[in-house]
Amino acid sequence: MRLDVLNHGYSPGTKLLFALIRLFSRQPVPDAAKLVFYRPDFYGSRAKDFTHEAMRGPSAWSVGDRELMAAYVSMVNESAFCIGAHSATATQAYQDRAKVQAVLADLESAPVEDGLRATLRMLGRLTRDGKAEAEDMRQLISAGVSRQQVEDALAVCAAFNTTGRLADSFGFEVLSPEGFEAGARYLLRRGYR
Amino acid sequence: MPMEDKKRAAYRALEDRVRSGEGRASPEQRARAFRGSGLGQPLDGLLGKVAVRPAQVTDEDFAAARAAGFSDDELFELVICAAVGWSARLYDAGLAALAEAIAGEEAGNAP
Repeated sequence: MRLDVLNHGYSPGTKLLFALIRLFSRQPVPDAAKLVFYRPDFYGSRAKDFTHEAMRGPSAWSVGDRELMAAYVSMVNESAFCIGAHSATATQAYQDRAKVQAVLADLESAPVEDGLRATLRMLGRLTRDGKAEAEDMRQLISAGVSRQQVEDALAVCAAFNTTGRLADSFGFEVLSPEGFEAGARYLLRRGYR
Repeated sequence: MPMEDKKRAAYRALEDRVRSGEGRASPEQRARAFRGSGLGQPLDGLLGKVAVRPAQVTDEDFAAARAAGFSDDELFELVICAAVGWSARLYDAGLAALAEAIAGEEAGNAP
């Protein structure tokens, strides 16, 4: 990563934890995990609480839907690390690689429900243009998306606009497909806490 | 205004912490990073990319910021403030558009 403190600035206990993660996963510790362990009182603790609530807290959206939103927002941001991590997690959650690939290739022709499609379209526009119109939201509501579902999707959007910006700014190393698969298994088992 | 939902409140806690809690960069510097400008060059250049084109941040952007006297810990904080600030504005823009749409629906449905 571009800041030396994010590569080396960890306590002996945290370094031991990283060594155990490497041992058991047989993969390098993802930079996303390292970031939240650096001075966790500044960023990591609250970022984990929020991200876990957005991605695994109560919602009418499934875990797969929310991971797909994370992957889609990351694609709009061109965040290679987050696209890899969350397309792998959405694929495992849905047990459907083709669906995730179809959404990332062409949202309009992808085999997803209209409410999810309209929500992804709104999140993409908000992420790309930095603004949202009431008309976008009226379209979601007419497609049967509830107010709470829109709020839940906006939380996912905030989480991955934050994480994706940090991934690209700090220069997270893009993992191998096996590394992303191992990370996805962890995120589905344990979440983001 | 309706009561803030649990998720928005959790993001608010993150915003408040990075902007105003204890840190190596001053609260004023962090507030400027959060807003996206006001730190002068080369910091505004780096933080502008963090907000708008993060995939284009380079090693040179960080080297220039270090040469201007910022430590790794200060840059860690200021980059986070820029990312959280931008994302908070997106989040609020989305919630405001939703509130406007719902207010319009309720007005339209009134007897």
